[in-house]
Amino acid sequence: MKNKIISGQVIPINQANIDTDAIIPKQYLKSINKSGFGKFLFDSLRYSRPGTLDDYEDREPNMDFILNKEPFSKGKILIANDNFGCGSSREHAVWAIKDFGIEAIISTSFADIFSRNSFKNGILLISVNKDVLKKLFKEIESNKEYILSINVLDQSITGPKNLTVRFEINKSDKERIIHGYDDIAITLKRKNQIIEYEQKMKKNKPWLFNDE
Amino acid sequence: MGKTLYDKIWDEHQIAVNSDDSSLLYIDRHLVHEVTSPQAFEGLKIDQRNIWNKNSIYAVSDHNVPTSARDQGIEDKISKLQVDTLVKNCKENNITYFDLNDVNQGIVHVIGPELGITQPGMTLVCGDSHTSTHGALAALAFGIGTSDVEHVLATQCINVKKAKNMKINIKNNLRAFVTPKDVILYVIKKIGTSGGTAHTIEFAGKCISDMSIEGRMTICNMSIEAGAKSGLVAFDDKTFNYVIDREHTPETKHIDVATKYWETLRSDANATFDSTYEFDADLIVPQVSWGTSPEMTVDVTGNIPDPSEIEDPKKRDAIARALNYMGLKPNQSIDSITLDKVFIGSCTNSRIEDLRDAASILEGKKVANTIKQAMVVPGSGLVKIQAEKEGLDKIFIDSGFEWREPGCSMCLGMNDDSLSPYERCASTSNRNFEGRQGDKGRTHLVSPAMAAMAAVKGHFCNITDL
Ligand code: SF4
Repeated sequence: MKNKIISGQVIPINQANIDTDAIIPKQYLKSINKSGFGKFLFDSLRYSRPGTLDDYEDREPNMDFILNKEPFSKGKILIANDNFGCGSSREHAVWAIKDFGIEAIISTSFADIFSRNSFKNGILLISVNKDVLKKLFKEIESNKEYILSINVLDQSITGPKNLTVRFEINKSDKERIIHGYDDIAITLKRKNQIIEYEQKMKKNKPWLFNDE
Repeated sequence: MGKTLYDKIWDEHQIAVNSDDSSLLYIDRHLVHEVTSPQAFEGLKIDQRNIWNKNSIYAVSDHNVPTSARDQGIEDKISKLQVDTLVKNCKENNITYFDLNDVNQGIVHVIGPELGITQPGMTLVCGDSHTSTHGALAALAFGIGTSDVEHVLATQCINVKKAKNMKINIKNNLRAFVTPKDVILYVIKKIGTSGGTAHTIEFAGKCISDMSIEGRMTICNMSIEAGAKSGLVAFDDKTFNYVIDREHTPETKHIDVATKYWETLRSDANATFDSTYEFDADLIVPQVSWGTSPEMTVDVTGNIPDPSEIEDPKKRDAIARALNYMGLKPNQSIDSITLDKVFIGSCTNSRIEDLRDAASILEGKKVANTIKQAMVVPGSGLVKIQAEKEGLDKIFIDSGFEWREPGCSMCLGMNDDSLSPYERCASTSNRNFEGRQGDKGRTHLVSPAMAAMAAVKGHFCNITDL
């Protein structure tokens, strides 16, 4: 059976309500591309001054910020507090996280649109309870080089000192992470069903359709 | 068992239930703007896919457009490319697009209802979180990301899990000078920014049924700030009167049948909600957000919280951090907060009613000379024309406000309108996140009337005292 293992350094950011404006500031949303956003991840915390799409290179990194520190700059698993990804629907936030190299995020809760965007882009979100999250933050505090390994098929996280945490994930999200899907192709398999619905509605509620 | 309004619209649009208990939901209307769509159109092109129903789509540029000197086009090259890309995508696909110089141009959530594109009982999506606004017309409306924009373009459907039902009942009526903006800030303060997570909120009660459609839009707009998927208000005479006679309203020959359907768009008396809140409008006073999350809000008569009095360490840290960012002191009174800028606009508060509210406060008064900039950005070309007809533009300009062209403007500052570091702004928008209106900028969310009064005084004050 196909599986996916995500294993790597943890980046702890112990803050609640981290919003998508913080994950990627608005000036980068002017891009018409999908890639290259990793260097702007947490931009306003990461650099000495705000950049723009055509002026971002000669900025001083803010060395206090975790993403600029070893070993976190190559982290793969982000751990943050409640309600991660709230705010704007910008998928650019997820593109930035992915482009940076982060493959999974652990928190107690995620904002709704952010969550959809993440799974669509193959980013695994894991919701754990407050106690587990607290424990993880505590362990990382005493051990910077903290590596976790996430087994998606088994729904388990393993780490140093025999740490094992099981997590819940719904079936479709799980399969999405393991296999990667083309959602549009899947939906288009039901083309006839959609057309049938449409025909019915054109009869029942003709005003909804502008093509009469 | 009875059905809620949400259940009803959902059931009407559900084509199939998927194995993971999400549903395939049919989408009636799709609004598109320049920021979240280019990658979706690109994706379609790469995979050689067609648009399912171009007639269901309406596009406009709003986030990234200048609000002055429109005739000179867009100066910023990167912004221009993004807007031009939308124009090109709409042309190639034969999609209705409201050009920058079209009177119908405006913020996507203002023009949808205003042009009759949004109708009761519809499902409507847009690549923007504040799509919840349209729920004020008893439509099921929610924001989506760019991947879903592409999905809806290609299939006219979305795979989505049904949310839970929440009802927020607001009894009694609002006091003078207390507005729908104060109501929703008050609600968010009470239930928190994740209070509505995984729910669709239906707003009900005397306060809501007596409220104008514009006011209901303000409330539904910010339901997303309470974590909800969508906000809804039941169909009533007010909805009918609003919807009828707009440019894209159903043709006369369909109105009777449509109305019959619309009349069903309210929760059944015996419907059950997963959770219910009850608030009293009579207890609501003007609200001012002091922090960096919409739930960090207090009564105008109140004080800034003191972190040392907070027991929960996480909360204490969050408050301390917000105070630091906002440059405020614990226990400081709200009326002691002095402002640098005032922004009246955004999809929350840029409709004609909002401008009337602000103008009524400003009439015969001047903006304080300590205020560096005060601007009004109408939500759409039609709002602008209506305001000018009523002479509101004159009142604004005479008092010292700038009168701008429609767009999102300083709500998120993607164009030239933004805060400089540490500038403090009274804003009628919906988000006070760090850097939202400009790097290191400090945002206080308030109603249009409160913003206008703050402009005159140079600091916040309680308008109900006047
Ligand atoms: S006005 Fe502000 S919140 Fe509304 S759509 Fe524009 S940027 Fe978003």
